Amino acid sequence: MRAQFVFGEVWIGLRRNLTMTVALVVVVAISLSLLGTGLLFVKQVDHTRALWQNRIELSVYLCSQTPLTPRCTKNGPATAAQTDQVRKTLTSLPQVVTVTYQSAAQAYAQFRKEFADQPELVSSVQPGDIPASFAVKLKNAEADASPVGAAVNGMPGVQSVGDDSSILTNFYKLLDGARNAVIVVAIILIVAAILLVANTIRLSAFNRRRETAIMRLVGASNFYVQLPFLVEGMIAGLFGWLVAVGLLIAARSGLDGLQSYFPFHVELSTFDLVEVVVVTMLIGLALCGSTSFLTLRRYLRV
Amino acid sequence: MIHFESVTKTYANQSRPAVESVTLDVEKGEFVFLVGPSGSGKSTFLRLILREERPTDGRIYVAGRDLARLTNWKVPQLRRRIGCVFQDFRLLPTKDVYQNIAFALEVIGKPRRFIRKVVPEVIDLVGLEGKGDRMPDELSGGEQQRVAMARAFVNRPMILLADEPTGNIDPATSIGIMKVLDRINRTGTTVVMATHDAAIVDSMRKRVIELEYGKIVRDQSRGVYGQAY
Repeated sequence: MRAQFVFGEVWIGLRRNLTMTVALVVVVAISLSLLGTGLLFVKQVDHTRALWQNRIELSVYLCSQTPLTPRCTKNGPATAAQTDQVRKTLTSLPQVVTVTYQSAAQAYAQFRKEFADQPELVSSVQPGDIPASFAVKLKNAEADASPVGAAVNGMPGVQSVGDDSSILTNFYKLLDGARNAVIVVAIILIVAAILLVANTIRLSAFNRRRETAIMRLVGASNFYVQLPFLVEGMIAGLFGWLVAVGLLIAARSGLDGLQSYFPFHVELSTFDLVEVVVVTMLIGLALCGSTSFLTLRRYLRV
Repeated sequence: MIHFESVTKTYANQSRPAVESVTLDVEKGEFVFLVGPSGSGKSTFLRLILREERPTDGRIYVAGRDLARLTNWKVPQLRRRIGCVFQDFRLLPTKDVYQNIAFALEVIGKPRRFIRKVVPEVIDLVGLEGKGDRMPDELSGGEQQRVAMARAFVNRPMILLADEPTGNIDPATSIGIMKVLDRINRTGTTVVMATHDAAIVDSMRKRVIELEYGKIVRDQSRGVYGQAY
């Protein structure tokens, strides 16, 4: 095995069809970076989901002294027995992880603390105004919210059920849609990249048909004949990947910047980035290598 | 060295076989002329030896190997023992004489030290002393054919196949080419040369095999090109 010889041949091949090589590098770079962005997006959405998952709770508000719904007006504030019944119902449900009771007094204290910088607001609310509630932590905040809510909503003493996750549903839809769009475009570009790799290798094989014919004639092994082309495709892929890495680093800070619009920051870790970069490299090399190989099998028969 | 046993080769989409029930033996160190008009099967014969084509029928043994049993990945091993020279030289225009010859060794993975030693030797053998750094387009046809012969011979093959090596060369220069082939033959290499050149065949007085419509019509030791021509 003469590495110097192989790389010499590769260099000649890449230089001879420079335009194709550049086109290949660009398409590989764009498709890999879009794919990578899609993957980063997936991670971002996952992180965001996980974050909200932990924070989102189902709030079951009990009737207070200041009734807000007709049902409470009719029945008055929740009794201790009613409160106990609601708690029992909640804890018996399989989707429920924990149930935390917050009395009206605790709720009022917390309210005062949270809005301490708005004294007018605090002074306008009386201790009985804020209802006692159960904070219910669910196994799956998104899926379990509505069945659990339905189970307790309408029980005596329950004023209303607040489901935080419904607010996020549309937000998730938007994120998922954007991610899918990026991945679809990336896949289309990857198909283009595959065709371009095949074409470049074909052109390269045609350019070097004299060399190849002589190599076969003097008994060069298939491996030796094909290796320069294979390496050629993979080197082009590698260059494309390097450009893609730069674009991915930019994409990462862009995605992190997007997060500043939301109340809870979810930043992509460097580990996420490295993971995506490695995955795109493997995809790029596999794509270029296998396409080159398959093309060669058609054009360089013994 | 080369052994054909009732070999027939029919190409796809053709009714008449290109080579038909050919049986022959070429011994080690022989010099054989293959003569016959165009389309008589000379090139197919050479391609069969190289296993560029497989026979439709019959058996071929080259350098002790049964070509029918040779797996695809072992074909390169066979070709390393066979040198080839063509009418159109087939040199690489972007490489000089030395590089063209060295290429044949590089692609079969020979070490650089070995290449540096044997390439100048073979350049001298074909009579191109001091022309190692010339590009092919700076050489005459005869000189280019010498480079091609050097490349075919540099790996010391057991067999040298020459497909009309003097076809593009004037008679005077052809004599020089034949001298080189003769020199190669004297090292013990079996030479099989397909040709149309009656003068050369007549002057060399070697074994002559004449093909017509794919069949051997004459096999003569110390023969001439033929009365009909």
